[in-house]
Amino acid sequence: MDIVEEEFINPGTRMCAGCAMQLIYRFALKALGPNTILTVPASCLTVLHGMQGFCSTKVSVLHTPFATTGAAASGIVASLEEKGLADNICVVAFAGDGGTSDIGIQALSGAAERGTNFIYACYDNEAYMNTGVQRSSSTPLGAFTATTPGGKIRPKKNMPRILEAHGIPYVATANGSYPIDLYDKFKRARDIKGTRYFHILSACPPGWRFDPKDTIYIGRLATETGFWPLYEIINGKFVLSQPSKKFLDPAKRKDIEQYLSAQKRFSNISKQDIESYRNYIRDQWNEIKRRLENQ
Amino acid sequence: MTAAESTEKKKKVKILTGNHAAAYAFRHARVGVVSAYPITPQSPVVEKISEFIRDGKLKANFLLVESEHSAAAACCAASATGSRVGTATSAHGLMLMYEMLPWASGTRLPIVINLATRSCGAPWSVWDDHSDFITVRDVGWIQFMCEDNQEIYDTNFQAFKIAEDPRVFIPVIVAYDGYILSHTMMPIKLEKQEDIDDFLPPINHHINLSNISEVKGVGPVTTPNIIKRAEGTAPGYYEFRYSLQKALENSIDIIKEVHDEFAKKFGRSYGNGFFKTIKTEDADTIIFAMGSVSAQARTVIDKLRVEGIKIGLVSLRLFRPFPIKYLREFFKGKKNIIVFDRDIGYGYEGVLCYELKAALYGLKDAPFIKGYIVGLGGRDVKSEHIIQGVHKALEESEKGEISYKTEFYGLDLDKLDFLD
Repeated sequence: MDIVEEEFINPGTRMCAGCAMQLIYRFALKALGPNTILTVPASCLTVLHGMQGFCSTKVSVLHTPFATTGAAASGIVASLEEKGLADNICVVAFAGDGGTSDIGIQALSGAAERGTNFIYACYDNEAYMNTGVQRSSSTPLGAFTATTPGGKIRPKKNMPRILEAHGIPYVATANGSYPIDLYDKFKRARDIKGTRYFHILSACPPGWRFDPKDTIYIGRLATETGFWPLYEIINGKFVLSQPSKKFLDPAKRKDIEQYLSAQKRFSNISKQDIESYRNYIRDQWNEIKRRLENQ
Repeated sequence: MTAAESTEKKKKVKILTGNHAAAYAFRHARVGVVSAYPITPQSPVVEKISEFIRDGKLKANFLLVESEHSAAAACCAASATGSRVGTATSAHGLMLMYEMLPWASGTRLPIVINLATRSCGAPWSVWDDHSDFITVRDVGWIQFMCEDNQEIYDTNFQAFKIAEDPRVFIPVIVAYDGYILSHTMMPIKLEKQEDIDDFLPPINHHINLSNISEVKGVGPVTTPNIIKRAEGTAPGYYEFRYSLQKALENSIDIIKEVHDEFAKKFGRSYGNGFFKTIKTEDADTIIFAMGSVSAQARTVIDKLRVEGIKIGLVSLRLFRPFPIKYLREFFKGKKNIIVFDRDIGYGYEGVLCYELKAALYGLKDAPFIKGYIVGLGGRDVKSEHIIQGVHKALEESEKGEISYKTEFYGLDLDKLDFLD
């Protein structure tokens, strides 16, 4: 696949060194192209977008309060429809995991239920990173955050399944360490009508506590251990993405301990929690297998 | 007038509730996007708008969202995308919208909210008072309170015209008493579409994200200080908020201009646009109130005048920006003002009362001002309450007494056993 050369993020943004989200945003915006209107809530993306008076992207962005991303996107779409411009302009909401799975879930659910014609992308760095690493419902089991100093005692919320239950035409997972897969999916989603949902794992060096040079490596481990499978659900049909296909075979998967031990946020994780991860991955892949065989 | 002309003239008068008057106003204002969530007593507004859209009488996009918070957020986004946008709500709905209200005014989005007023829980009450209306007084919106259904219809056109004026770009709340107006039918003169179009031309928005050739970042981070960079200068938060206050102060002139233009074109005026005066010319004592309380006070002026009290009524229409200059001019030389609040600033007193006291501060020979609380949670505001209040205030004025305790009329404490 040819990747568009034009960049839609201006140089000199203020992201942390090694932030996967910058890569995710860069490739997503390349795939979406110039006829796009963005909306973002309070999140690390607010930092990327910079100060009043400047725009750090080559397409317009509407900043909106934390809980409102799905509603703000709905408002933009409603106005474009009123003006007869909805077919030419793609409305895209980009929010973090807290803005999606916690405070923004109601507005997102409403927008999806209404079949709002937009793309919603959650970049999941698995905690409130912009406010200094507090737990969200997307923080994984055993992870240290500033508000779970003993490690989180519950597993993360499965947002793609929740969105799939809304009967929307497109749900996909992605991972900042697989930018071509991500680019390809945004290209495909752009041409589908209705609500399209992305859940993208975004490795975060300061929040996950690893060296910024290891971002791609850590992100890949998430998929290689089978913890973060890459897939699409297009009109109900489950499609396993190329990078994840070989992990249908459990023998090809790396052990989850490799992923967990590479990040200091899991440094105090219990043996029991590691076993829970192994069970979770096993059950997840049994479910994927079942789905692939029964459609 | 020919018979045909006479029928044509009659046809334009409809018997409508306050809620339906608001819905007709949205239709004739050609609102482009409505986003709302049902709440008593506002719901008939959005039900009627839904019917207009179904019947092809209003070509709007109606976004039925899952909460008022989302309704307000969607309104903000649709407005920033360049549409004429309105919604309607009450009490808890407005409370839930609260986060988006300073967002809308800070982004200078010309949205219009119709507010069928209702008390705020707990305990639950669907009935009328002005506590929702007064609670949002500091968020930077323009706020009108109407006294009858015709005023609701008329004020909406003025609201859009004021909000969308390039010298203003500030959102507006048009309020009216829940049930007392929202569900009461009155004859209303509906204007011809072409006349409304002439008064209220299509919106020319200062943001308009739908124009994608112009790249904009709307509402990003500001800092305490101005930042200068090669690409341009970023104002600080302080400068933004200063400009909102200045625009609100200046909007007084535009509100008057728009009111006067409407009056000239359609033959209906509402006092000076800021407040209405009833028998005030020779009066030394004035009742000060708004909405349904003013409507009740109108009925007692003549009774009190028979007693020899030189009394009149000022019914406040524009609550924000508070028309300080006009009120100071008007009250110069008056002896007594008796304020009836259908709201309360808990821990202080009625909000209208303390707003007026502040507005008249430092006036030479300032009038005696006394306030009462009436009609919270839909309790009837009776003529006798207003008459008793006036009598008591005049006695205290005579003696030069000032009470620091909030006084209520219409309470039935003696019927409650547990207070024995």
